[in-house]
Amino acid sequence: MKEFDPGEAPSSIVSITDRVKQLPLGAAVGSVHFLGDRAFFVGAEESVAIATADGEITRTETHFGAILCAASDGKRLVTGGDDGKLIAIDAKGETSVIATDAKRRWIDNVALHSDGTVAWSAGKTAFVRNPKGEEKTFEVPSTVGGLAFAPKGLRLAIAHYNGVTLWFPNMAANPEFLEWAGSHLAVMFSPDNKFLVTAMHEAAMHGWRLADNRHMRMSGYPGRVRSMSWSAGGKGLATSGADTVIVWPFTSKDGPMGKEPAMLAPMPARVAVVACHPKNDIMAVGYADGTVLMVRLEDGAEILVRRNAGKAVSALGWNAKGTLLAFGTEDGDAGILEM
Amino acid sequence: MAEASQKIPVTVLTGYLGAGKTTLLNRILSENHGKKYAVIVNEFGEIGIDNDLIIGADEEVFEMNNGCVCCTVRGDLVRIMDGLMKRKGKFDAIIVETTGLADPAPVAQTFFVDEDVQKNARLDAVVTVADAKWLSDRLKDAPEAKNQIAFADVIVLNKTDLVSKPELAEVEARIRGINPYAKLHRTERCQVGLTDVLERGAFDLDRILEIEPDFLEAGNGHDHDHDHHHHDHDHHHHDHGHGLKHYHDEDMQSLSLRSEKPLDPTKFMPWLQNLVATEGQKILRSKGILAFTGDDDRYVFQGVHMMLEGDHQRKWKDGEKRESRVVFIGRELPEQAIRDGFEQCITT
Repeated sequence: MKEFDPGEAPSSIVSITDRVKQLPLGAAVGSVHFLGDRAFFVGAEESVAIATADGEITRTETHFGAILCAASDGKRLVTGGDDGKLIAIDAKGETSVIATDAKRRWIDNVALHSDGTVAWSAGKTAFVRNPKGEEKTFEVPSTVGGLAFAPKGLRLAIAHYNGVTLWFPNMAANPEFLEWAGSHLAVMFSPDNKFLVTAMHEAAMHGWRLADNRHMRMSGYPGRVRSMSWSAGGKGLATSGADTVIVWPFTSKDGPMGKEPAMLAPMPARVAVVACHPKNDIMAVGYADGTVLMVRLEDGAEILVRRNAGKAVSALGWNAKGTLLAFGTEDGDAGILEM
Repeated sequence: MAEASQKIPVTVLTGYLGAGKTTLLNRILSENHGKKYAVIVNEFGEIGIDNDLIIGADEEVFEMNNGCVCCTVRGDLVRIMDGLMKRKGKFDAIIVETTGLADPAPVAQTFFVDEDVQKNARLDAVVTVADAKWLSDRLKDAPEAKNQIAFADVIVLNKTDLVSKPELAEVEARIRGINPYAKLHRTERCQVGLTDVLERGAFDLDRILEIEPDFLEAGNGHDHDHDHHHHDHDHHHHDHGHGLKHYHDEDMQSLSLRSEKPLDPTKFMPWLQNLVATEGQKILRSKGILAFTGDDDRYVFQGVHMMLEGDHQRKWKDGEKRESRVVFIGRELPEQAIRDGFEQCITT
C-alpha cells in the first residue's frame, strides 16, 4: 500500500522530489560537505563517499571505526575517528593523516580556521596545529563538547561542562572563561564575531554577547538541539530540536534577547538537521521521519525535496555557490539536488 | 515491548577496589558465548583487558540543570554512547565498568534522563563484585562500598575461598542487612555463570514479576530457614536463633511495604511522587507491584533516586493474590513516615 500513501506533506506543497539525483549509499551518513562541486558524505563509520551531481560515487576509506566528527573549509575535509586519527581529505579525495592520538583516544571534535589552522580535541585536551605544523595544547576542566574558531583572529572557543573557554593559542594571555551551569556541546560564533552560542546537553541553547558577556537564554525546546546554522549574513540562527525550525533573530545588537524566535516549517516530526543557503534567505530542513524541505525564511514557504521514508535525515549541505544541495540519512540514503 | 528488545543492553559493573571487577570482566569477554561486547572502562582500569571495542571513560559526573542535586548523569557516557551508536551492529551489548570509588547512581540515571541514550540502549542490571574477605571492613569505613551493595541487582561475592564459613556468613548477613533483594552468588575467582550476571532485565518493567528477598540463591549448602521469606514482615528482628546473624545496617536499609487491600491511585501516585521528590537523595532504588482499586491491571514501577518510571504491566490473573508490594533501599530512610504515608493510600 505504500505507493498510495499520500504522506505527511499537504498535497498543495510544491514538490521537486523528481529532480533529486538519488544516491543509494547503503551506509549511515554522519554529515555532508562540498569540496568544489562534489559532495563528500561522511559515513558514520570507516569511509567517505564522494558524489558528483550526476550521481557518480567513489569511496575513500578513512578510519578503522566510527567517524566521530568532521569539518570542512571548502578546500579540504577533516575527520576525527574512534581510532584516534585525524584525517584530511582533499578535493581529489586523497587522504593524509594529520595526527594520531598517542593514547589512541577518540577524536571527538574538529574545527578549521580559514588560515589553514586545525583544532581538535580528545577528552579534556584541545589541540591546535597551524599550517607550519606547530602544535599547541590546552586542557579544560572537563571533556570538550565542541570547538569553533572565531571568524576573526586566531581564537578558539572550547565548550565544556559549566561554560566555554576562549583560548588564543598565539597569545600568552590567560584564556577567557564564559560561565553558565550545565553541559555545553556544540559551539558557534556568529559570522559578525559579536555572539557566541552553544547547544547544551539539556534541551536548550545558551549564548553570550561577546562585547559584555551578557547572557542569552534560548530555551523551550522539546528535545536536544543537535543542529544549528546561520542564515545568510548571520541574520538568524536556525536550529533543530522541535517539530518546527526555531530561528532566533540576530539582527539587533542585543541578539535574540527579548524577541520571539520564528517558528517555521511545522511537521508532525522532529527537525533533525538544518542548513541555511550560503547566499539567499532559504534553508534546507531534514526531519526525523526522513522528510527534506526547502523553506523560505521570510514567509515559511515550503518546497518538498524528499518525501518521508525510512530513518531520520542526518546530513544536509550546500556548495559554496549555493547551486547544489546534498542530503543523507541514518539508513544510508542520500541525494543531490541541482538548483 | 518489541522496541525494548532492540535496544542494546547495558550492564554496569561496580565493586570496591580489588574486589575482582577486572577478573569478572575478562571472564565475560573470554567466554565462548558468540557475543561481542563494547566495554567502557575508567582510564586506570584498562590494563589487561582483551577486547576489540574498549573505550576509556573519564567518569565525569554532571548535575542536570533541573535544580535537583541527586539528578546526576555521567556526561562522558552520553558522549561515548553517541559515538558507539555509530557502530551499531558491531556489538551486541555494552558493559560499563566503574572505578572502585564510583557511585552507580549517575551511571544508571544516564540511561533514564538522556533522550538519545534512552532511544538506543537500556540498562540491564547493576552487578556489584564484593570481596568476601574485606567487604565487612569496607562497609564500615567506605560509604562507596555500601552504595554499591545497596544499588546492586546482582552481587558477586568473590574470594569466598579466602574466608572461613562463619566469616562468609557474617559478610552475607551484612550484605542482606543492606540489600536483601539482589541476587547473590558466591564465587572464587569470579566463577559465575554468565547468565547470572548478563541479560538480567533488572530494569525492565515487564520483568518485575515479584519482589521477594533473595534468600534461596544456589549456594554451597547454606540452607536457609523458610522463615527468611517473611523477613520483611518484621523489619526489626536481628537474629533468628539458628546462628545466622541479621544485621541492621545503621545508615543503609531496605524497607518493604505490603497491602492486601487495594491502593487508591489518586492517593498513591501523588504520595510516591512527593516522597521521591523530597527524600529522593536518600532513596537509592525503589520498586513496586501495585493493585489499584477498580483496576484489573497490575501496575509496576521502579526508580533510581528521584527518577521513576511505571506502567500497567498486565491483567491480574484469575486466582492471583492482588497484593501490593513496594520496596525502598536507601540511606536513613524515614521509616515510620513512609509506612504511615503508605497506609494512607490504602483504599478503605
